Amino acid sequence: MEKVIGEFDKDQRELIHLLHEIQKQFGYIPAHMISQIARQLKISESEIFGVLTFYKAFTLKPRGKHLITICVGTACHVRGAPKILDEFKRELSIEPGETSEDNLFTLEAVNCVGACALGPIVIIDGDYHGQMKTREVDKLIKICRQKNGKR
Amino acid sequence: MDEFDTSKLDKIRAEVSESRLKQKTCITICGGTGCHAYGCLKVAEVFKEEIKRQNLQNKVDVRTTGCHGFCERGPIVVIQPEGIFYQRIQLNDIKEVISETIINKKILDRLLYIDPRTEEKIVYEKDVPFYKKQERIVFGNNGFIDPTNIKDYIALDGFKALVKVLFDMTSEEVIDEIKASGLRGRGGAGFLTGKKWEICREENSEKKYIICNADEGDPGAYMDRSLLEGNPCCVIEGMIIGAYAIGASQGFIYVRMEYPLAVKNVTLAIEQAKKLGLLGKSILGSEFQFDIHIFKGAGAFVSGEETSLMASIEGRRAFPKQRPPFPAQEGLWGKPTNINNVETWANVPLIINKGAEWYSQIGTKKSKGTKIFSLVGKINNTGLVEVPMGIKLKEIIYDIGGGIKDNKKFKAVQTGGPSGGCIPADKLDLPIDFDTLTKAGSMMGSGGMIVMDEDTCMVDIARYFLEFSQEESCGKCVPCRVGTKQLVEILTHITRGEGVEGDIKKLKDLAKSVKEGSLCGLGQTAPNPVLTTIRYFRDEYEAHIKEKSCPALVCKDLIVYSIEPEKCVGCLLCLKSCPVGAITGERKKIHIINQELCIKCGACFEVCPPKVAAVLKYTGKKRDRILKKDLKQRAKE
Repeated sequence: MEKVIGEFDKDQRELIHLLHEIQKQFGYIPAHMISQIARQLKISESEIFGVLTFYKAFTLKPRGKHLITICVGTACHVRGAPKILDEFKRELSIEPGETSEDNLFTLEAVNCVGACALGPIVIIDGDYHGQMKTREVDKLIKICRQKNGKR
Repeated sequence: MDEFDTSKLDKIRAEVSESRLKQKTCITICGGTGCHAYGCLKVAEVFKEEIKRQNLQNKVDVRTTGCHGFCERGPIVVIQPEGIFYQRIQLNDIKEVISETIINKKILDRLLYIDPRTEEKIVYEKDVPFYKKQERIVFGNNGFIDPTNIKDYIALDGFKALVKVLFDMTSEEVIDEIKASGLRGRGGAGFLTGKKWEICREENSEKKYIICNADEGDPGAYMDRSLLEGNPCCVIEGMIIGAYAIGASQGFIYVRMEYPLAVKNVTLAIEQAKKLGLLGKSILGSEFQFDIHIFKGAGAFVSGEETSLMASIEGRRAFPKQRPPFPAQEGLWGKPTNINNVETWANVPLIINKGAEWYSQIGTKKSKGTKIFSLVGKINNTGLVEVPMGIKLKEIIYDIGGGIKDNKKFKAVQTGGPSGGCIPADKLDLPIDFDTLTKAGSMMGSGGMIVMDEDTCMVDIARYFLEFSQEESCGKCVPCRVGTKQLVEILTHITRGEGVEGDIKKLKDLAKSVKEGSLCGLGQTAPNPVLTTIRYFRDEYEAHIKEKSCPALVCKDLIVYSIEPEKCVGCLLCLKSCPVGAITGERKKIHIINQELCIKCGACFEVCPPKVAAVLKYTGKKRDRILKKDLKQRAKE
């Protein structure tokens, strides 16, 4: 952990690069690392907290095993993305940005992934599922659960 | 030294064209993100394996290229030099493509695109109606270039403009040329690019920066990404030329983090350019030095605004700044900074190569050149289209876009993303340029064009965009932070059937205040979707408020799903698809929806076969009647 932080220059301009790197390696920004970052970059902890909560890329909580990304860009919206999102919310009992209690799923709503021809589109762990229908939501969740030996 | 370095480029050009002569046939596979989602990487892999297996490597080249634009029909394969266009290609088609088309020169009918209007099968890419009215001067090379190989770009006269600028032109001449071309910023506002460069050039400072804004945040717009992914070198060349004209020694490309492929391809292109001496110290042996760094955004829409973007590069929250001073005077770290959008930079080498006079002949009086739009939504041919400015909206939607999906009725087209507005059917004859769109209450924006049909509720769309802007508002200034929140609340009430008389006036007044009082472009334009929908679709607002009905049958709280007893064939499809068990019935017996349990997810509506079409949506008085009947029915039970 110290090694990751130590590789960066002592300057605020490195902050976002650094946060990206930590998010990539740990899957979230552990809160106790903030003071170390502050010492390395010679800026205040509140400044870092401000930046990391401002941008959507960074989370202070670990993400679930499966990341479900639902495109709610305009093209997907007019093709029925809200219904798909509602169905995921209902099936998983979580809101976008939250992780299910069993830590299996994190639900995320994003603005446009640029695959508008396939809308409404859902990305699960990097796999694209295009032209989604409400009734397919349950199937996709089941597949993930089965991979983890749960029903 | 000069001669040596430029001759190196000529040598690469000669080398590449020689090898291309040997490999007469080239199978190009579209590698844009749209086709990625369809699985084009696997297609390319299998093509390569098969070519190797049949020992054809010396005759046939397989190249994964940038985006071809016609995303609707992916994965797309074009066989050059003939330009044979195969669409929706599957893995099991590949063997036959090689044995039939490549070896026996026979066309495979089933892979051809069929023009839905004439039902004619089309063999060549250039004859596909989607491409016919386009003028692909910026985007056209995408389909020929492997973006991971800088030599492909060089072979197509890449960096010729840079050589011309470095050795034959002064920085003033470059700026004059760009000014004469009439190029306006493609990021949305449409400021004259040459003028912007000049202001920054005239600033007296040792250090100057230039930035390429690739934080393409408008939902439904992805042309910048396709350029960066598909032809990163043209953007890089544009930036080097700009840096030379302005006198900047350092450049940044700020890429949205949602675009990993763009980040990868640009990083690679920069590395390759450095190796060839096209970036770094003494570029091509001249005295000019310039370097480009990539900055990955972190997911904030507001960072597309220029001053916010600079704050983000500095490692701070993406808060906009009061202007003046403008970035050209005090930008990144307080130094003069010039910022342009991806597409603007990509136009630069073209203007230098072909001349301002040629460029200024394309387009309208005040908007020159072409513009790339992403045509999406309820349209038959989703994709990226590059058209000359001044083309009519109608031509884009019907001739290029092939009309509305499922033969529905056109309702509106939304341009300019969350900052733009909705343009109704009677304005389809509008020639598109910066000024006409602004006059219609919308804007060019970065070029998203979202087509909406009769099934789109305009109040819901206004609410959608406002919710977007409200969520993305950075919170620095009050009109934007509080104003957008209030707008969303009023709109949400209306879509829930809780709207009251006077809401429309309240929306208009508030919209005006937010527009006038906000600090940056986000707030100043955020009310546009509300204002244009009120201007053109006031009747829909009134239906929601007065009759508590949603004419487009979208707003959940104002509709019900119901099964028509006369039409239901008792097939059990809807019953099985209902996630909450709200439908009762037996095989060959009429099914009924329990309105109390129904969550209005629409699954039953989707599965009911179109021939039967027994599940229908209702709003207004009919909805009330159905709910009343349902209550009675359950009271009986």
